[in-house]
Amino acid sequence: MSTETILNVLNLQHRFRTGAGLEDISFQARAGERIALLGHNGAGKSTLMKAVIGLLPFDRGEVSVCGHAPGSASARKATAYLPEAVAFHPKLTGREQLKLFARLAGAPRTSVGELLEKVGLAKAADQRIGTYSKGMRQRLGMAQVFLGRPKLALLDEPTSGLDPVARHDLYALVDALAEQGTAVLMASHALTEIDAQTDRVIILRSGMLVADGALETLTRNAAMPIRFRLQARDDAAVLFERFGGQRINGARVEFACPPEAKMATLGEIAALGDAVSDLEILPPTLDDLYRFYAQDEETSR
Amino acid sequence: MTQALAIAATEFRILRRNRWVLIATVLLAVFALSLTLAGASNSDAFGVDLLTLSVASMTTLAVYLIPLLALLMGFDAIAGDAERGALALLLTYPMSRGTLLFGKFLAHLAGLSIAITLGLGIAGVVCWAMGSVSVESLTSLARLIAGSILLGAFFLALSYGVSALSTSTAAAAGMAALLWLVLVVLYDLMLLGAVVWDDGGTFSRHVFPWLLAANPADALRLWSVTAAPGQALATGMTGVTHALPNGVALASLLIWPIAGFGLAWSVFARRIP
Ligand SMILES: Nc1ncnc2c1ncn2[C@@H]1O[C@H](COP(=O)(O)OP(=O)(O)OP(=O)(O)O)[C@@H](O)[C@H]1O
Ligand SMILES: [Mg+2]
Repeated sequence: MSTETILNVLNLQHRFRTGAGLEDISFQARAGERIALLGHNGAGKSTLMKAVIGLLPFDRGEVSVCGHAPGSASARKATAYLPEAVAFHPKLTGREQLKLFARLAGAPRTSVGELLEKVGLAKAADQRIGTYSKGMRQRLGMAQVFLGRPKLALLDEPTSGLDPVARHDLYALVDALAEQGTAVLMASHALTEIDAQTDRVIILRSGMLVADGALETLTRNAAMPIRFRLQARDDAAVLFERFGGQRINGARVEFACPPEAKMATLGEIAALGDAVSDLEILPPTLDDLYRFYAQDEETSR
Repeated sequence: MTQALAIAATEFRILRRNRWVLIATVLLAVFALSLTLAGASNSDAFGVDLLTLSVASMTTLAVYLIPLLALLMGFDAIAGDAERGALALLLTYPMSRGTLLFGKFLAHLAGLSIAITLGLGIAGVVCWAMGSVSVESLTSLARLIAGSILLGAFFLALSYGVSALSTSTAAAAGMAALLWLVLVVLYDLMLLGAVVWDDGGTFSRHVFPWLLAANPADALRLWSVTAAPGQALATGMTGVTHALPNGVALASLLIWPIAGFGLAWSVFARRIP
């Protein structure tokens, strides 16, 4: 991965009349980086993308794409965008629609056929878009992202409503984008929706940036407890006295411990010898981690 | 320019697939033919050829119908794209909003021109087949067609303005209908009321003709009738045409589409998609 900074967002601030908006957002994206942008409904993901692409004039802060102001001709040339729930004109065919985008982007027309092939639409290319399934429309949307080899790609919920296979295909396309050096920013609702392969995760909560880092870093910083599940050979009472937690069905005990105590706890369990017949370690799930960051204090209690 | 042409080609394709050009052509042709045939029985009474009479009644029709067709054609040009989510995407391409608007305008104007030329032109063909045309009446038909296209261009531009102001196509449709009512129907009614009230005073003689020419729909009437004395007689607008210097109606027809497009552009430029 090169270290060239593609996108620079500094103290970005915007307030809608409703009071919602973005609050002092700063982050950078480098060439070839895949960044997941997470947050609940209304957290401000789409708003952030629109500000970056120049569709939304914002109140304060600085945004630059390869050194250009958002919305300027150079910035638009360097940026590709996949809007949330985009629908193209139903009366056009996929090929016609992509040809139009290619001409607007100044990309060679020969690239249209190749791209349709790449996203798996070669067979349906001359069918009207009105007959496309949601997944096919999303593929078409992805095809136009590739036009003109963008430096930055902003994908707003590219996987929502896709089946697991289609989602997998889409991530392959995202990887292809990153490999050609495009910085990819991808909005989503949950960590579980995002391929674990993303290089970085940014989490928004009510317009504020509450987490920015690699998945491992976020996991470490959250210091979320690790849960143990023990199966007793005879009676779980001994285990319950020792570790506390919860008893399940008489023969099982479940308890949590801080991540740094994990090895010590394991040692203790091993010392119990025959009293424990089975052991499961449950690390925090991606969902737990996401909730830790994305949920408001009041609602998480 | 290649970008504008790319947009225009795509929009024209959509017009064709929506059967828009066909429907508009047939609609205009049906009206043109029925008006022509209705005139066939009494063209001798006026002492003019059939086409002269036909152009006179088609002018009255065009004044109402062309604005309506143009508004119908363009009201969802921007609001429709916005509703689909396609507008935001289009605007992220390195292309100015003026280019996008101009591309749509080219396609819509081409579609409208085809419909007008074929739809109204058929009256000329029929009259010619019946042997009731003259150089004079053919010229006035050509003027009507050209004037109608200019009138259509103005209302297309207006429809873009309305579309750019609206957040939904439904709102745009409502606003377009209101504009039609005000500019094409109420404007004339108000002028008529003022003339009756004024009863041949200064207003009727000096202000009224200018107010009439200022509205492109009425300018089409004026321009279409100044072509031939026979036309003026058939439509009864001789008084007004004499009160105005030559070319005022044509100037109005030419200036309004440009002004309207500029207006639509400035509205669209300010829109946050
Ligand atoms: N044009 C607007 N006018 C007023 N408020 C707006 C506007 N656009 C967005 N908002 C508000 O800004 C907040 C963030 O909206 P945004 O669409 O960015 O959320 P999101 O994170 O993309 O949500 P989702 O996951 O549902 O797509 C919401 O509270 C929304 O109501
Ligand atoms: Mg969103």
